[in-house]
Amino acid sequence: MKKWGFIVGGLLVALLLAGVVSNFASSHPDGLDSSLREGCTFDADDEITGGSCPAQQEREHEIGGPLADYGIAGLDNEFLSTGLSGVLGVLLTFAVAGGAFWLVRRRDPAAENAAGADRADPATTSRG
Amino acid sequence: METLAMHISNGIINGPVAAVFAVIALAAMAYCVRRGRQDLDDRLAPMAGLVAAFIFAVQMLNFPIFTAGVSGHLLGGALAAMLVGPWVGALCVAVVLVVQALVFGDGGVAMLGLNITNMAVIGLGVAYLLIALLLRVLPRTPAGLAITAFVSALVSVVVAAMGFVLQYQLGGTTDLGENLAGLAGTMAVSHLFIGIGEGLITATTVVTVAKVRPDLVYALRALKPAAPATVPTVGGVR
Repeated sequence: MKKWGFIVGGLLVALLLAGVVSNFASSHPDGLDSSLREGCTFDADDEITGGSCPAQQEREHEIGGPLADYGIAGLDNEFLSTGLSGVLGVLLTFAVAGGAFWLVRRRDPAAENAAGADRADPATTSRG
Repeated sequence: METLAMHISNGIINGPVAAVFAVIALAAMAYCVRRGRQDLDDRLAPMAGLVAAFIFAVQMLNFPIFTAGVSGHLLGGALAAMLVGPWVGALCVAVVLVVQALVFGDGGVAMLGLNITNMAVIGLGVAYLLIALLLRVLPRTPAGLAITAFVSALVSVVVAAMGFVLQYQLGGTTDLGENLAGLAGTMAVSHLFIGIGEGLITATTVVTVAKVRPDLVYALRALKPAAPATVPTVGGVR
């Protein structure tokens, strides 16, 4: 039970960071982005107005999607939009990563070489 | 607010080079799954899920660095390496990058191999080499752990940034000519400052976890001190 207490506590911290603190993050371009923008000038809307820089070659993202750029499409309240997208991202990442790791985990320490062996009943080995 | 794109976007590196790095990243991650399985038991699996979720959260928190409107954010390599080990840690960072590319439009899908190579492969590799080295020579104290976390985080961020410079030299879509050195310079300087932030976040997080649940810090379990007889182990429950 102690183990899950830590996991739940950690998740709450992550949710708080992504859901609330994220709204206070710096809105300046990051180290990579700003390096690629070197040599160009930008207007208030962040559109390139002149010069020459690697960022000019940037192309549209293939997918975009309703959560693109860490916001909820159609939600005008920026605080809620950023925060909710962060909360969804934390839960999704935990589900995908945690689920995948749980599925591939080693069941029996003695049989760790039997990788890919049948993965029978996960229920019986659910606590370490 | 066009600001939260923080990984390599489409169009920055040409297709062939991106494809080569996709193959490299895929092979590296497949190897990490093989090696990581040996580490992944009932205790580590949920912890690794938490580490991935935590990295996603903290990556959203861009912090300002020095002047001129530049920010930085966690990459998470050293943090993951400390808490869940190099193989599972690399997978954690890769999962974060995949989620960001597929769901949050951050980092081109075609660029995933480049981003995974820099942050999950190079970042984790450099971080873990330094962790393994420093934990053996530094005292087993919270200060020793903090220094290990700080230094490995800082160096791994700068080296990961240089990974991008190499990729840009191979397949950058703007011919920078002599200016490639300029790109290397701005990347190095900005990521040196980002690395300081990364180091502080990593050290704070790792020391906190070590205080609450030392048995959940992989590096403390896996890397026994050089002279176990004289120094009490902090972690080792297994």
